[in-house]
Amino acid sequence: MKVTSIRTPLAKVRGLGSAKSGTEHWWEMRLTAIALVPLTFAAVVIVISLIGRNHAAVAQILGSPLVAIIMLLFIYSTTLHMRLGLQSVIEDYVHGKAMKTALLIANTFLTIVLWLACTYAILKLSFGV
Amino acid sequence: MVEFTLPKNSRVTDGKVWPAPVGAANTREFRVYRWNPDDGKNPHVDTFTVDLDDCGPMVLDALLWIKNKIDPTLTFRRSCREGICGSCAMNIDGVNTLACTKDLGEIKGPVKVNPLPHQPVVKDLVPDLTNFFAQHALVQPWLQTDTVAPEKEWTQSREDREKLDGLYECILCACCSTSCPEYWWNPDRYLGPAALLHAYRWVIDSRDEASGERLDLLEDPFRLYRCVTIMNCSKACPKSLNPAKAIAELKKLMIERQKT
Ligand code: SF4
Ligand code: SF4
Ligand code: FES
Repeated sequence: MKVTSIRTPLAKVRGLGSAKSGTEHWWEMRLTAIALVPLTFAAVVIVISLIGRNHAAVAQILGSPLVAIIMLLFIYSTTLHMRLGLQSVIEDYVHGKAMKTALLIANTFLTIVLWLACTYAILKLSFGV
Repeated sequence: MVEFTLPKNSRVTDGKVWPAPVGAANTREFRVYRWNPDDGKNPHVDTFTVDLDDCGPMVLDALLWIKNKIDPTLTFRRSCREGICGSCAMNIDGVNTLACTKDLGEIKGPVKVNPLPHQPVVKDLVPDLTNFFAQHALVQPWLQTDTVAPEKEWTQSREDREKLDGLYECILCACCSTSCPEYWWNPDRYLGPAALLHAYRWVIDSRDEASGERLDLLEDPFRLYRCVTIMNCSKACPKSLNPAKAIAELKKLMIERQKT
């Protein structure tokens, strides 16, 4: 193999140094996981209760304050948890610099779009705007 | 992207089948990974038949028997032959462990011997652990103090000394780190369970005055937080240590100083 750079092993493992972050990501991952235990349960119950109802009834249930707030919290926690989790997956498996950066950006954009679209749908049912 | 297939010149092929020793009644087949950097050939698996009546009870005994009686070019590291130097770590029957303490009786069928996974190979069963040892150096595994050194020694209560049990026994064999998938994917940026176990050992040493700076070194999405508690490391450790727990304790200390 052609030698293109000579660095000591310690210089290599020190790299660019500690990023001085990481705990925040880990903590948010745990918090959203804890929040999702009751929220997922509630969301599933809500969705089951919608089965077989007509459009007007569904719109009325999803737009009622308590249900809407539960669904908004569920949407927020899920999309945040998804973004953090996918970020780790990309960091683990994608090593090409350009590809990795592109996917990390796409991950952020797509989860925000998903969050906003779902949130908008619930708010529209609540306020009928 | 992660590569799921080996490059062409790394594909392992079938190697030489060495003749069985004549007149041996009690034998065992060994399939041993061979690679020579100088002959330009792909790695291959040689088959040896070992006379168990002429050889000691451990895998290392059998490897030495092969080296002495069949093929002197077989290359591997060993020194203490009693599980204390950490040099004979390899992958035996699919599990990272020490050849000198692995009893042949525990293995069924042919004994498969490979170098530690996911490290560059120097030759045969010898992995290049340069990166692994540099990561050990990164965590600064020595006592750090600012207080003027006492006349005699830094003292420690019996209780504080006991906190280091299950940590100081690590022999840096690399069985744990090379069994960790997170270490396989990012060995350049993730420190791996062995280095992190040592980091924790110094963070909680009651005599050390640099715990905070030590945690600063680890505050990083890759260095520490690649660990997702897969637990392979603790399963692999031939000294029955628990690096996964040490890493979990480090994360708890991070939370303690920032969040709670
Ligand atoms: S717990 Fe799992 S991810 Fe963490 S160091 Fe051990 S094997 Fe690797
Ligand atoms: S923790 Fe166990 S497996 Fe890991 S290097 Fe130390 S002795 Fe070896
Ligand atoms: S030869 Fe020392 S640990 Fe095996």
